Amino acid sequence: MRTVVELDNLSVCLGKREILTDLSVELSGRTIGLLGPNGAGKSTLILTLLGFYPVKRGTARVLGHDIRSHIKKVSVLVGYMPENDSFIADMTAVSFVRMMGELSGLPAESALERAHEVLFYVGLGEARYRKLGTYSVGMKQMVKLAQAIVHGPRLLILDEPTNGLDPSARRRMLRLIREIRDSGQMHVLLCSHLLRDVEETCEEVLILKQGRIVHYANLARERSVNQRFVEIETSGDHAGLAEALTEIGCTCTTHGSGRLKMVLPEDFDLREIYRVAAKRDLPLRRLNYRRDTLEDIFLSAMEA
Amino acid sequence: MAVYKQTYKDYSGTRTTPWFRFFILSRYSYARLFQSKFLVLFLAMCMFYPLGCAVFIYLSHNSPLLAALSLRSGAMPPIDGRFFNVYCVVQGVLAFLLTTLVGPSLVAPDLANGAMSLYLSRPFSRTQYVAGKMTILLLLLSLITWIPGIVLYLIQAGCAGSDWMRVNAWLAGSIVLGLWIWIVVLSLIALALSAWVKWKIAAGALILGVFFAGAGFGAAINNVTRTHYGDFIDLMQVVRTIWSDLFRNSSRADLSVTEAWAVLGVTCAICLWLLAKRIRAFEVVK
Repeated sequence: MRTVVELDNLSVCLGKREILTDLSVELSGRTIGLLGPNGAGKSTLILTLLGFYPVKRGTARVLGHDIRSHIKKVSVLVGYMPENDSFIADMTAVSFVRMMGELSGLPAESALERAHEVLFYVGLGEARYRKLGTYSVGMKQMVKLAQAIVHGPRLLILDEPTNGLDPSARRRMLRLIREIRDSGQMHVLLCSHLLRDVEETCEEVLILKQGRIVHYANLARERSVNQRFVEIETSGDHAGLAEALTEIGCTCTTHGSGRLKMVLPEDFDLREIYRVAAKRDLPLRRLNYRRDTLEDIFLSAMEA
Repeated sequence: MAVYKQTYKDYSGTRTTPWFRFFILSRYSYARLFQSKFLVLFLAMCMFYPLGCAVFIYLSHNSPLLAALSLRSGAMPPIDGRFFNVYCVVQGVLAFLLTTLVGPSLVAPDLANGAMSLYLSRPFSRTQYVAGKMTILLLLLSLITWIPGIVLYLIQAGCAGSDWMRVNAWLAGSIVLGLWIWIVVLSLIALALSAWVKWKIAAGALILGVFFAGAGFGAAINNVTRTHYGDFIDLMQVVRTIWSDLFRNSSRADLSVTEAWAVLGVTCAICLWLLAKRIRAFEVVK
């Protein structure tokens, strides 16, 4: 698989402060999530990849091009949706997106055609002749997405794309990101502090803390190897139930009266729990089944 | 397929050459600027004086019409360096007013709206951005300064004959050079101040302030210190000194031509430095 972003001992200083320190990783997923608490250096990494901040040490490659020597080539291949408000208030959406397309190298006629297409695609078809200054927060986010994809980039960089969106607009934005991912024509680098957004859209996750990489995870792989947990609440002989479940391969711990927590072995059929309980004539009052979520991965990375 | 069912499609068409991409900014800015009726009216008004000059040149070469108006051809002022110097001063003031009208809206809104990161994340450099924004002023100001100036020169050459044209060829050069200097200085100052304050109204006030307050402070410094150092900050006076030299007239200012050129050079350098500092995708807080 083609490497999308390759960092090799990348360090970035702003002023006298080192913001990113010795980052080394190869990311090649279709959608890559960039996670970290506030001030971890997520946005700095994105802006460095776009050539806005100078590299102090090391190298960074985007789609095989060194950002120090070939930033022009990188900017042709990249579409960027910034976190903050970025627009020209007295322009209509269609002229704004068209202008951005032309600045990316599209001929005027093609840029106009693409501007209409992408505005319909992001759901602003009916509002495309309205001035951007009159748009709501959600609409501005969609216009930012439209201008980022108008020129057909190979890598789409999204900085907090669901910021300020209401639940339905957030769902629409995430659906669009998934659609773009599934179209297979573009890689997506998604920077967010919302774990749910990253979990719903990304295949790979890079977690930063204080300017360093603290965890890299291939979510699909993690999900398949992660342990599965079950929490059970029963009334009756829970110690006996724990013994019986241990005999069929589960690792059980008891928590207070009638509560069991256990780690399931691989390929374990959950119906076995019901069978064992039925054999002992024990009523199961509650059964919670869960895997390691991104939140668990994130929290353990933060504690490391 | 219905438009509301559209899916994302890749772009695989041709790409334009990056060399003239800066002009895209100018094109879109013109489209926005010319929506203002006031600007169109002002541009039309800026043509009144060149039109009057053209009539004057025609009259001074038309003896029967002068006789009909009971005027002697000798009584008409000559069409020479002084004539074109006055033309430069009048159109130069109008160019300054047009700059205060158009200049503040060039960079400030982009910075205030955070649009700079969108421009610079594309294959579009900071130099191209400044060139694109500067072209807007360069073309507009050219339209009311050296282009009508050269037309006047050609009208005079057509009326006075090829001998006049040959002897006074330097006048054409002086018109173009003198007014281009002014246009470049005005454009750079407007862009730099617009980038510096990020607020349209404040930028407009600052552009006016640089020239009027500069002239006022300059005069005050001259009076208090009894020197001519105050002229250094009076940009109108500086450029008038250069024009007087270019049109081979005597200047009333104490400023030497070398000093005037040095002041303009320093002014342009400061403006370029300000632009280099401000035209960035993101500000780095040190």
